[in-house]
Amino acid sequence: MLSQLASNVSAVSKDVSISVSGLSKTYRIYRREDLPSSAAEAVIKKVRESKQKKVLERFDALHDVTFDVGWGEVVGIIGRNGAGKSTLLKIINRITAPTKGRVELGGRVGSLLEVGTGFHPELTGRENVYLNGTLLGMRRKEIKERFDAIVDFAGTEKFLDTQVKRYSTGMYIRLAFAVAAHLDSEILAVDEVLAVGDSDFQAKCLRKMREVARDGRTVLVVSHQLQTVSDLCSSALYLDSGHLVLHGTVEEAMEEYKRSFARSAPMLRTAAARPGSGELRFTTAAMAKDIINPGDDVVVEFAVGANPSFGNRFHISCFLNNEDGMLIAQCDSRLKDFWLDPATDNEGSVVMRTPWLKPGAYTVDLFIHAGGRRADIWEQACHFQVLPISPYAHATTPDGTDRGVVFPDFDYTQR
Amino acid sequence: MANIVITPPGRFAFPKVAQLWEGREVLYRFGARDVTLRYRQTLLGVVWVVLQPLLMAVIFTLVFQKVAHLPSAGVPGLVFVFTGLLAWNLFNGIITRASSSLVSNRDLVSKVFFPRMLVPLATSYSTIVDFFVSLAFLFVLLVVYGINPGVGILLSPVWTAMVILLAAGAGLVASALMVRYRDIAYVVPFALQFLLYASPIAYSISAVPSKYRVIYDVNPLTWLLQEFQWAFLHQPAPPIWQIVLSIVVPITVFVGGAVIFEQMERGFADVI
Repeated sequence: MLSQLASNVSAVSKDVSISVSGLSKTYRIYRREDLPSSAAEAVIKKVRESKQKKVLERFDALHDVTFDVGWGEVVGIIGRNGAGKSTLLKIINRITAPTKGRVELGGRVGSLLEVGTGFHPELTGRENVYLNGTLLGMRRKEIKERFDAIVDFAGTEKFLDTQVKRYSTGMYIRLAFAVAAHLDSEILAVDEVLAVGDSDFQAKCLRKMREVARDGRTVLVVSHQLQTVSDLCSSALYLDSGHLVLHGTVEEAMEEYKRSFARSAPMLRTAAARPGSGELRFTTAAMAKDIINPGDDVVVEFAVGANPSFGNRFHISCFLNNEDGMLIAQCDSRLKDFWLDPATDNEGSVVMRTPWLKPGAYTVDLFIHAGGRRADIWEQACHFQVLPISPYAHATTPDGTDRGVVFPDFDYTQR
Repeated sequence: MANIVITPPGRFAFPKVAQLWEGREVLYRFGARDVTLRYRQTLLGVVWVVLQPLLMAVIFTLVFQKVAHLPSAGVPGLVFVFTGLLAWNLFNGIITRASSSLVSNRDLVSKVFFPRMLVPLATSYSTIVDFFVSLAFLFVLLVVYGINPGVGILLSPVWTAMVILLAAGAGLVASALMVRYRDIAYVVPFALQFLLYASPIAYSISAVPSKYRVIYDVNPLTWLLQEFQWAFLHQPAPPIWQIVLSIVVPITVFVGGAVIFEQMERGFADVI
């Protein structure tokens, strides 16, 4: 029996590339007034408080997370902001240390935490490829061997000896991603990279990541773009405030993610509990209609409390999110030269005419921008449903409408 | 299967020499980057490497030798000052560049993994390159003024290494502290300026009144400066205790600095 157990254990460890057990990460947060901002203050505090207990809060970015990932898997890590996705990747990348628990890795980890880290604007493309490659853990020989492939992938061969500061953003990102993508590590950790670049390049990146997985290596992907996760991943982890809620198929994890939006919405209703600097707060926000047809106007009505002591005019911003948590539209009132005066209470509304929304549940985030800061951040201030009705005159089978995020108002003409 | 195990850091962390060795290429790349960048988009380029210490030496010679009439141990003032500044610039450059290195490379610290110690260490690279350019110029001066350094010159690599270790150890601690306390950015230049005047760089130690002599005697830079003068300017060898200490102290400072750095490193990504 014992020998059987032992053989099981070794069989597991052979197929497992990442084994995480009981992983916790606790940050100690000092209340702002207690945070020493200078060494002198820190010394004074040390002396004064040596006998007192220190005032600090603990914040569990990760709490007792346990999972195993096999070779050749592409694992999506999803969850809302602050769920611990990036912390998890940072620990696996050894950028930050865990507080408790253990991680075992079956090989080198290539990090793609932020594309272009270590790129220096004054250096040329060629110099940056070497510098960045070295930082990511490649040997000079490896870089030399892959240099042509990297440049080819990025499509920047003409500008190799140009300083990177003269590159367009697109070129810069392509080159940076190309270096990381050619890293020969057994495990690749990717954080939110596909939000950049044109669609051709994105497709190239996805292909590259699939290739990596096909070679039997493991890819970890953190993304807010659920589309990416569902296109790319073979399984997914769903994290919620530091807890691993689910490790399963991508569909299961997505379902859980969507449900979390409905669950947590009422939590932020009280102004005091919301983030933001707080000089100005929304008092109410509501949809004019909370069930609409795809082509209908989306009307959000809001009210902002007065704060006469705050001198400057302020503006509003409004985000529209679909149920996948994808931000599909931003309505910044500056674009319409709409400003409010904090001396009085204000009531107003924002009307979004386009795009036509696909059926499903939507949430609206509201922001007050005052004096260069976000005074109020009210995520999911309102909800509404779009009925499953087609806005088009003609119908097709579902494959005619199921792609894309919104319904466009389009026409075909023949010449 | 190459296994990497990540566990919470223990109470005491000793620098991982193997990991540092793995990352030696990072050291080289960073160093090369700094050297390339320093003189890109400058008109005179490398000439600055010689011009800077030379202009400084001229000014110091004017002030300390011509105006204040301080002794220069029988050596032409300019050569004496240039030798002192050679050691001082090495020391000063390493500490200054290392101390701000982590904060100014915040992205690297919070986004990529490699032994963080390489960041402050790599900054010494360009200072050391400058040192050798200046050193070559010193030999030109020695020939011009007809000074024969004597056999003492054979030990000059040792004193150079000791200045580097002393400065790098202090630089490591300063850089780690600056991650948490930005005050260090103000303290370091001030401390260095104090040291500049409290070390016998532009005048011979014999000019120091005996009641202040003890302040000079406890300053490791004094020892190393005297050893530089011994090595390059044919000055008498300093006492044996001084020679022993000027080897023991820099090594201790460097190892101690590395250990302190390692202790603080674990929190960098969370604090920076």
